[in-house]
Amino acid sequence: MDKDPCKKTAHSGCGFLLVGFGDTYMINKIASSVADALADVKNGATILIGGFGTAGIPNELIDGLIAQGAKDLTVVNNNAGNGETGLAALLQAGRVRKIICSFPRQADSQVFDGLYRSGKLELELVPQGNLAERIRAAGAGIGAFFSPTGYGTELAKNADGSLKETREINGRQYVLELPIYGDVALIKAEQGDRWGNLTYRMAARNFGPVMATAARKTVATVHEVVELGALNPEHIVTPGIFVHSIVKVDRAATQAGGQKKAA
Amino acid sequence: MTASADYQKRSKDQLAARVAQDIPEGACVNLGIGMPTLVANHIPGSREVLLHSENGILGMGPAPGEGDEDYDLINAGKQPVTLLKGGAFFHHADSFAMMRGGHLDICVLGAFQVSSTGDLANWSTGEAGSIPAVGGAMDLAIGARQTWVMMDLLTKKGDSKVVAQCSYPLTGIGCVKRIYSELATLECTPQGLRLIDLIEGLKLAELEKLLGLPIAI
Repeated sequence: MDKDPCKKTAHSGCGFLLVGFGDTYMINKIASSVADALADVKNGATILIGGFGTAGIPNELIDGLIAQGAKDLTVVNNNAGNGETGLAALLQAGRVRKIICSFPRQADSQVFDGLYRSGKLELELVPQGNLAERIRAAGAGIGAFFSPTGYGTELAKNADGSLKETREINGRQYVLELPIYGDVALIKAEQGDRWGNLTYRMAARNFGPVMATAARKTVATVHEVVELGALNPEHIVTPGIFVHSIVKVDRAATQAGGQKKAA
Repeated sequence: MTASADYQKRSKDQLAARVAQDIPEGACVNLGIGMPTLVANHIPGSREVLLHSENGILGMGPAPGEGDEDYDLINAGKQPVTLLKGGAFFHHADSFAMMRGGHLDICVLGAFQVSSTGDLANWSTGEAGSIPAVGGAMDLAIGARQTWVMMDLLTKKGDSKVVAQCSYPLTGIGCVKRIYSELATLECTPQGLRLIDLIEGLKLAELEKLLGLPIAI
């Protein structure tokens, strides 16, 4: 495995399908089902899951991951699940060993709260911008970066309590932050084509485009599969090179979550 | 203390209006979760201010009418919002580049404690057994060109939330520029607190006694 040159970077470039079509080859990243797209997720994998609150959460893919059965997972998401469904259900099913997120505590994060308090779930709390940038660094091939965020705080420490490396640059203090690589990224997009080009819908974009770059395999749901050329090239947010599999799912209105009920 | 006082504290709305008064035309501003979101209601319609939301919105508008909520269009507190004409969506790395890169003019945050030199504690009380959550607080606090705190100066018990040194876990060091409160507006400087304004009827010496800290004029 270690001899595989594809392992060195987040993107293997080996993930897409070449399908014979007449005497040419046709790239087709459209998966026939969620189960197909997730068939090769392995135990112990790091799964980047898009979404902020409930916007942009790829619920169908999370349900598919629960059905697929991979366990001992590390999950990276901004939050740690809302209510009893989606990411919360994955946690409840006992498939997750560790969660890396910025804001686990929410009005409806009872599943996470229970598992964390009983010591069944490891938490790495990361300031939200460092989370996004560590994922971006993974996708961009950056070995590490110095961030001013968190300097002098408890979050500038390693898991063992030791201080992260710091450096003064041009009179300002920075903390060394390492990339977060995903084995798999699960993201929710709006439209996609067979080359894997994606658009998003409003603030459901959030972590999707960054996570798509940082995993060896990126699976996106879309509400609409369109013909090549139908997406305005000026409006494509995630170019297909970052996407390995697209699954069409029915459109369902995003539900409220993560907020306090109005008093 | 307040029973015998001959001054009227700023209400939450008066405080929000006081903050809004200092936000200049054309500013890009991030309003933190909770009390700071009230500030948006007090920015005069004649003044164009761009509101930023950490989850990838610039040009955020007010809450939608009942029945028009779209939960793909939410603010950092996960409440439904709207988008103004000219508003834009972007991904998370860009959103935090706007903070860290110094592109955001002002952020307004709540706080548990602020030190006289501008250290901020607003993400954790450090209480045993509590679930930690930081969100974008640390990135905002050190990233925006000016970080303003909006809070009551005293806890419900009457303890000062402005302190010589924060006892709660820090969010950022020396990052708070101003404190807007129910009693006064203060500036945090490397030398300590400086007075910007005081509510009518309150004397500086009384405020210094309440906070237990010297305030320069």
